[in-house]
Amino acid sequence: MGSYVPSTAREREEMLRAIGLERMDDLFRDVPEQVRRAASLRLPEGLSEMALRARMEALAAKNRVFPIVLRGAGAYSHYIPAIVKSVASREEFVTAYTPYQAEISQGVLQSIFEYQTMVCELTGMDVSNASVYDGASAAAEAAAMCRERRRTATLISATVHPDTIATVQTYCRAAGVEARVVPERDGVTDLDALREMLTPDVACVVLQSPNFYGAIEDAGAAVAAAHEAGAKAVLSCNPMAMALLQTPGELGADVAVAEGQPLGLPLSYGGPYLGVMAARQSLMRRLPGRIVGETTDADGKRAYVLTLQAREQHIRREKAGSNICSNEALCALTAGAYLCAVGPRGLREIAQRCVDNAHYLQSALERAGLERVGSAPFFHEFVTECPADAERLMRALEDEGILGGLPIPGGILWCATETVGRAQMDRAAEVVREVLACS
Amino acid sequence: MNIPAELRYTRSHEWVRQLEGNVVEIGLTDHAQDALGDLVFVNLPQVDDSVAAGDTLADVESVKAVSDVYSPVSGRVVEVNEELLDAPQRINEAPYEAWMARIELSAEPEGLLDAQEYAKALEEEA
Amino acid sequence: MQLIFEKSRTGRGSAILPPSDVPAAPLPQALRRQAPLRLPEVAECDLDRHYAALARRAHGVCSGFYPLGSCTMKYNPRIDEELAQLPGFAGVHPLQPARTAEGCVEALREAEAALCEVTGMDAMTFQPAAGAHGEFTGLLLIQAYHRARGDAARTKILVPDSAHGTNPASAAMAGYAVVNVPSGPGGCVDLQALRAAVGPDTAGLMLTNPNTVGLFDGNILEITRIVHEAGGLCYYDGANLNAVMGIARPGDMGFDVVHLNLHKTFSTPHGGGGPGSGPVGCKAFLRGFLPDSRLGGHPGAQSVGQVRAFYGNFAVTLRALCYILSLGGQGLREASENAVLNANYMMHALKDTYDMAYDHTCMHEFVMTLERLKHETGVSALDVAKGLLDAGIHPPTMYFPLIVHEALMVEPTETESRETLDEAVQALKDLAREAREQPESLHARPLTTPVRRPDEVGAARNPKLRFDFA
Repeated sequence: MGSYVPSTAREREEMLRAIGLERMDDLFRDVPEQVRRAASLRLPEGLSEMALRARMEALAAKNRVFPIVLRGAGAYSHYIPAIVKSVASREEFVTAYTPYQAEISQGVLQSIFEYQTMVCELTGMDVSNASVYDGASAAAEAAAMCRERRRTATLISATVHPDTIATVQTYCRAAGVEARVVPERDGVTDLDALREMLTPDVACVVLQSPNFYGAIEDAGAAVAAAHEAGAKAVLSCNPMAMALLQTPGELGADVAVAEGQPLGLPLSYGGPYLGVMAARQSLMRRLPGRIVGETTDADGKRAYVLTLQAREQHIRREKAGSNICSNEALCALTAGAYLCAVGPRGLREIAQRCVDNAHYLQSALERAGLERVGSAPFFHEFVTECPADAERLMRALEDEGILGGLPIPGGILWCATETVGRAQMDRAAEVVREVLACS
Repeated sequence: MNIPAELRYTRSHEWVRQLEGNVVEIGLTDHAQDALGDLVFVNLPQVDDSVAAGDTLADVESVKAVSDVYSPVSGRVVEVNEELLDAPQRINEAPYEAWMARIELSAEPEGLLDAQEYAKALEEEA
Repeated sequence: MQLIFEKSRTGRGSAILPPSDVPAAPLPQALRRQAPLRLPEVAECDLDRHYAALARRAHGVCSGFYPLGSCTMKYNPRIDEELAQLPGFAGVHPLQPARTAEGCVEALREAEAALCEVTGMDAMTFQPAAGAHGEFTGLLLIQAYHRARGDAARTKILVPDSAHGTNPASAAMAGYAVVNVPSGPGGCVDLQALRAAVGPDTAGLMLTNPNTVGLFDGNILEITRIVHEAGGLCYYDGANLNAVMGIARPGDMGFDVVHLNLHKTFSTPHGGGGPGSGPVGCKAFLRGFLPDSRLGGHPGAQSVGQVRAFYGNFAVTLRALCYILSLGGQGLREASENAVLNANYMMHALKDTYDMAYDHTCMHEFVMTLERLKHETGVSALDVAKGLLDAGIHPPTMYFPLIVHEALMVEPTETESRETLDEAVQALKDLAREAREQPESLHARPLTTPVRRPDEVGAARNPKLRFDFA
């Protein structure tokens, strides 16, 4: 059985005696008899390290890791440079708590300050926080940031990631305000419907571009419509795409949010990921969560601290704009290290490779008999029509070590990143052709 | 502790200055700014807000705390001191000049203390 | 130390991508970014050294004693770290067909069963990413329960005045009015005040037990009974579960909903602020309200919805599962016993030097009050904390809970040896002596850290939140 308690049985006895007690049970005299457990927990006996390793390796072996991933839908398979993993696994970063004691936490604080700067650069916004849980909760927090006394409703496009829509709806329902879904048309937000829905009670519009279907939205027009109606605009983006595409800042958004997972975080069955949040200067104090600022120390040396803390729950309690406390600091550090490792040129090249590969895949699938659905320009995801039996197609692809696109209502959502090459995509298209031929 | 004779006060440490007509100016007392320490931010009400005496009018932040500022009077906010948004330290430096809001009274103020009464209230509190 | 941006030189970088073997597909000009992309351009060696230097300027559990009250900074086993990153877990896409992710599903199911046994709950969701996120989720369950019964009048959540700030903040996010319940003189819930506070508008009570002053509330059965009789539900904030694993279960205390902090009690590392994991457990009658992933699962008709994407911080859950499997039921109890023993050992050794807020057998942590020391010497809890930094010890939690003046909250955890506790006791005693002999010197501490006390007022008045490239 594993144990991380250093004290020996004898030391425990001595320590008990030192405080004037005889038995461990004496420590728990305040626990009423009726709730104090006599029996031990019904859990298996503890395992040695070797047995634990064997157990977990066996569990991991029950999963299938696909060498070729053509599925995204909010979680993207990208190459993670070795240096990124190495940096992010430094024990001091891994095992630190929140940097409350600035004097011995400059390393963590500076890493966050650098991360905040990089997020601002990527999104074209003025200020970033130190992260929230993930892209979906970032969107929900952003919607909350935009609420005002007379403007409480949130409009969210139907083309946003379904998990994000669901999360925003949950947060809004809890707060007793409305979240209304703006319909889509041909795989992009229906801007005419949006304009009609922009009533005086709307606080913000939440849009995603590239959207859930991979399409690049006319976000500038949506932002302009929101502003014209006196509402704010929240733009959810893919941080990888920011190397090439117009930024939320350039498009006029008030708040930018993103799922930061593409920046060096493994798929890990959905988490931990990284909620990226940045805003215009005027909304700085409404940003939720921790923020690191630069200052000087008693000797005039540059130093970093958690700042603007009076916004937060530990001070403002029920009047705080958000309850967030723990965030995803290590994931933010990882994203920062990733951006440094690839650099601006590298990021552009990787992003462009995603675009190139995705367009190649789309044409290869089309030749194989799967027509694209929708016509908007796309980044690294797109939707094709679905053959009669998507399940059969997926299984056929799996047999070749390929995780195919995600079957969604009305089609299949495909993705190609820099991790695939022509031969693999050709093979996928070949499988598609074979399956279509037999059906 | 500086307690100007011409102002009126509340037990929650706001001061009230009568301006021309039906308008009063509200701020935080010297005692309040001293107890709060270095202020780093002020949340002000919006012009046209209606307030009742005792309502939260604004709040002030130090690095580690936030405190509500209560309206000593009932009425409508006609002006806020936006200078404080950029320079909250004005409240620390000159508490009786650093007014936070001007309010047009909707009712005669009730229960305000004069300087002497406020000084006595401070003594009792200590 | 320089920022990575100051180390950047145009043209530096590493080669990662192989050459392309597909045709270029340029995006339309109108869609392209115009702004420059000022990310650092550094060689890999310099990048490595930059983060090495940052790591030297950080303090983790790996660096030294970390008795940060209410945070349970116990040792983070290396093996758990390694196993959670096995390619067979790290490479699994959250939207893979279930038949290809059986190991992940089984890991979640196993973690759920174990944590339900530890807490006395019947079902659990791993979607919440942190404790506060769990609180919000748990309150949504309570809300959904009352609504499903057609009871719309329950608009208030009771929170003791000693609670973490997240409790009232979470209640407000869930649309509730917060009723603060004052603590009695012993730091526990004042039953009379509680009886006066409950009523037909009570949706529930949020409570930690042991509470935030480190005491086990012996009236717990009476407390949960009062709330239940008024028609409310009882929410257990699991922040302090490390004191009672295998000893007392929230489910047996009368709680209906529980959140856990896997990054505290179950030894997953805190990463300088996260990722954590805040799973929420509930009794069977609330199971139908649990959240689920819309894309990846089939949430029931009564589900409160999603609180984030997919299934939560899966890799954190894996680490916690490893921990539970290593320790087993017996080991978990042993961990709690020794956590409580270590705290009492330190408290006992310090109580002649410092005033204890509550001089009573504590659970896994205890709270000292430096009010008298401050009054007599001018040395505050902050000064003593800063003095500890020079001794290489992470200070206790300062100024929490709010009901104790000049508070220092000490939580040693079970993974510290007696020598480490003795050294910390000595360091604290030395500081107390210094406070009486030369109090001024403590106002200037720390002296030996990478930076000294920062100007927090300046930081907040003139926020500089990003590097200025100009």
